[in-house]
Amino acid sequence: MAKKDTPEQAEFRAHARKWLEENRPAPPKTRLPELAIEVALEEHRDYLCEWQKKCYEAGLVACDYPTEYGGGGHSGFQRIANQEMGRADVPFLINVIGLGMAAPTILHHGSDEQKKKYLPPLFSADEIWCQGFSEPGAGSDLASAQTSAVRDGDNWVINGHKVWTSLATFAKWMILLARSSNDHKYNGLTYFVAPIAATEGVTVRPLIKITGGTGFNEVLFEDVVVSDDMRLDDIGKGWTVAMTTLTHERGAAEGAGGGGMGIEERIDGLIELAKKTPRGSGTAWDDAVIRDRIVQIAIRAAGLRHTARRGRVDGLIEHPMRLPLQGKVVMTELMQDAAQIGLDLTGAAGSLYLKDPNAPDGGDWSHAYLNSYGMTIAAGTSEIQRNILGERVLGMAKSK
Amino acid sequence: MQPKDFGFGEDEKMLRDSARKFLSDTLPIDKLRKLVAADHVDAYESDPQPVFYDEAIWKQIVELGWTTLAVPEQSGGAGMKTVAVVALAEEAGRAALPSPLIATLIATAIVREADGPGASKLLERIAAGEAVSMAMTDAQGSWEAEDTDVVANVAGDETKLSGTACFVQDARKAGVFVVAAKSAEGVGLYCTDADAPGVTVHPDQIVDLTRDQGRVDLSEVLVAADNVIAAPGAGSGAIEKAMPTVLAIVAADLVGAAEWQLQTTAEYARTRTQFDHPLGFFQAVKHPIVDSMIAIDRARSLVYAAACDIDCGDATAETTARMAKSAAADASAYVSGRSVQLHGGIGFTWECDIHIYFKRQQHNQMLYGDGVYQRAKLGDLL
Repeated sequence: MAKKDTPEQAEFRAHARKWLEENRPAPPKTRLPELAIEVALEEHRDYLCEWQKKCYEAGLVACDYPTEYGGGGHSGFQRIANQEMGRADVPFLINVIGLGMAAPTILHHGSDEQKKKYLPPLFSADEIWCQGFSEPGAGSDLASAQTSAVRDGDNWVINGHKVWTSLATFAKWMILLARSSNDHKYNGLTYFVAPIAATEGVTVRPLIKITGGTGFNEVLFEDVVVSDDMRLDDIGKGWTVAMTTLTHERGAAEGAGGGGMGIEERIDGLIELAKKTPRGSGTAWDDAVIRDRIVQIAIRAAGLRHTARRGRVDGLIEHPMRLPLQGKVVMTELMQDAAQIGLDLTGAAGSLYLKDPNAPDGGDWSHAYLNSYGMTIAAGTSEIQRNILGERVLGMAKSK
Repeated sequence: MQPKDFGFGEDEKMLRDSARKFLSDTLPIDKLRKLVAADHVDAYESDPQPVFYDEAIWKQIVELGWTTLAVPEQSGGAGMKTVAVVALAEEAGRAALPSPLIATLIATAIVREADGPGASKLLERIAAGEAVSMAMTDAQGSWEAEDTDVVANVAGDETKLSGTACFVQDARKAGVFVVAAKSAEGVGLYCTDADAPGVTVHPDQIVDLTRDQGRVDLSEVLVAADNVIAAPGAGSGAIEKAMPTVLAIVAADLVGAAEWQLQTTAEYARTRTQFDHPLGFFQAVKHPIVDSMIAIDRARSLVYAAACDIDCGDATAETTARMAKSAAADASAYVSGRSVQLHGGIGFTWECDIHIYFKRQQHNQMLYGDGVYQRAKLGDLL
């Protein structure tokens, strides 16, 4: 059944809606990137941290976390807050890695002290978080991570190289997966909270994306000292803890909310582009092949929208994880294909990039197409997503 | 405001679950195989092609009230929503049910939109268990009623139908045809019994083993005024109005059958071993099966969204229904192809049940227009 608001939830929804309407901030001087994980300018950082803090103080962030850890102590409120933030067309929350991945992991695996220390400033965006999982030699095969953690009395000494670390330039903390033993692949991993900002031995370097833009980083650890009270859960339990984080990763991507261009907007843009692009004696929209491709995209988008709706109807679900696990791969591949059609439509002018005054739609189609590969690779590649679906939903043997 | 659950409530769920149970009890796969694919010579070389069909099951289906589902209450039917009708069609597809059920549900949807004197009378006959099929397609297989090759000669209270309707579904199972025929005023819809004087059914030789199809020749077939379903000029409008429902029903049939294909292929990938691993271990096998599932879920969501649009009288119903048919036709084409390919050597043989569904899907893909056809229409709607 579709979830109906309880009276308390309805009241909260009204509060959230009213507050967001009254407190929508003026846009920053320069245009924000599409996603929180792409924030690279200090100006944007400051603007977005201030916004998240305001939202937190208004009770729209961490609504469902216990009050002793800085949360609102409610149940089923965050979904409503997210929905309202989504529809209110307000900036996104910057601390997405923290909110979506670090916080649920700390809540589940952290000690009482750790929860009290890390969670409140995470919620208020006083402290930004990043994630240190992927390495140059450990992408989809995450458990082969080689960044080492060697015990030294009450401390651990970290050495290694993490990549794809969004927000690392601004981060105070990193959730870190490191190898504490070479004897076991999975049971040799331990999970830490590692200090990043102003830490001896930590180097953060921006990685330049395929688009030519920044937005994520690599982080190098050289004899970085981390105290044992920054370890989450037991030694050798890192893989289990990492699974908790990854379970929430999809939520983190969704929690980003607002800002980025949605698929419906993309499709409108495609149809508009086709209608203004000359082809033969008419426009590209008169071309049956082009039209067919665009309509196929529109059908996939409508399918995705109604699948999200069907996912809440018990009688029309075959397996509880069947629809939720499809979301990431379906959405990111759809966005990629939509951008590619736009790029194709622009023809020769598709060669023009962002700074060219003649680039159609400001070069957005080329940029969106290039950038779309970030989404089909990040947070489990499309291939990994298909493995997960085949194994967890259809019960097929685990692929190696 | 649309219901969030597509209007799929307790009643619809009960109907769907009982239909699923009835069909899996009454027509399990081994029984279906014996019924439609016992002998390949019988299937493809006898003339005429036999009708593979169990009349006893059809009688039970009529008793269960499935054919009256979409008939309005004032005509003696159950008057249930489209969302219930598509749920039932999905189960018929899942079981690859040979019966005039889908043809009758489609005819019901069209007759409901007509207001000729014969419309309510025919609905009452459907409620009483009559199997009905549309006779509206020309020799080229056009899905536009205006293209009908049947001519209506109207003389006073009587109409005489002459010409040929092609690609008539379940032509030898239906007791009644609803004929689209042209006269000076435009297309009208006329009801005639299959055994009326001047009506001759010529069976087609078709690929699909789970239905029959034929050409219906009409030679000066007399239709009395009270058998006029839609007056001349009103027939195309009735068909257009019903088309979202028709498309949603066919799409639901496709989706149900595709889910059977998916589950059967996934089961094979779990159990068949090659190179010391179950097939599903290999990503070249696993990933297309997952893509099959994704395609089915997209189509299934659109089927229920279309049904809900129709039930809510929403202006988007045609768009959503054409999207559903396009998605279901493409999904089933993909799933069918993979189901045979991934079964390997056995999948190419008559003894593997996969071919029964493959052929039914191929037939359903073209009914009322394939994916390309729907998308051409959608281009104008978007």
